[in-house]
Amino acid sequence: MSIIRYRNPDLVTWSPYDRLSSLRDLLDSAFQLASNAPGNPESWTPALDVFEDEEKVTVRVELAGVKKEDFDISLQDDVLTISGERKAETEQRGSESFRSERYFGSFTRSVTLPSPVKADAVTATYQDGVLTVTLPKAEEAKPRKIQVNLE
Amino acid sequence: MSTLTTCSPTSSTQSRRIEYITPRANLHHDGEGYTLELEMPGVAKDGVEITVEDGKLTLTGRRAEEQSFGRPVYRERSQNEYRRVFDLDPSIDTDKITASMNQGLLTVRLQKSEAVKPRKITVA
Repeated sequence: MSIIRYRNPDLVTWSPYDRLSSLRDLLDSAFQLASNAPGNPESWTPALDVFEDEEKVTVRVELAGVKKEDFDISLQDDVLTISGERKAETEQRGSESFRSERYFGSFTRSVTLPSPVKADAVTATYQDGVLTVTLPKAEEAKPRKIQVNLE
Repeated sequence: MSTLTTCSPTSSTQSRRIEYITPRANLHHDGEGYTLELEMPGVAKDGVEITVEDGKLTLTGRRAEEQSFGRPVYRERSQNEYRRVFDLDPSIDTDKITASMNQGLLTVRLQKSEAVKPRKITVA
């Protein structure tokens, strides 16, 4: 819902600012559409990378400002899920907000791993607001060198 | 418009043709000054550079060199530097700017100079 300026239909005036603000509204609505695309405006989506080499799969998630104790990592079959909540810092009393671009609230990200992993050997580190989950590959997923004898 | 509320992401560096990420920012104002929070995931304390010049506060965040994790399967994260420029409110005491970095969240405290702080004067 948006607040629209009341216009007196009897008054016809032209103001350049009206046109500017309607352009701004248009741009805002376009960006809002894109940023709220997955539906719930209360949730946010941290950016995520997946890497793979011969030994392991590595998943890295940007969680700046989320506390270590406020997220969970779970693995079910070949789907890794990272969920949690970014809590707002302690409310500053008597302060007014001039700019509020950061997302707070719950998030969840699931990713299908590119190969089977050893579920009991998964490790994770959290540094500089980036979570790194290391998932060693299951033996059957590692590349094997097969000697073929040519006759 | 000379407060800390206007900003341009790449004011002085366009000629260098480096693409920066504009970090998300929250700004609170209270009687004593401003608190600015910027999200810079991947940046350690050493990678932060804060400069004040010509009434502009420039915050840059460089990511630590990332180790190789192998072949990328799926990528969403950018590796670019973070940068954001704010016009400083002239009432800010630039000698008293403090900053801290905690899990990719840069918090900058900008104190107003003593002369402009709200003061209650009791009548004797």
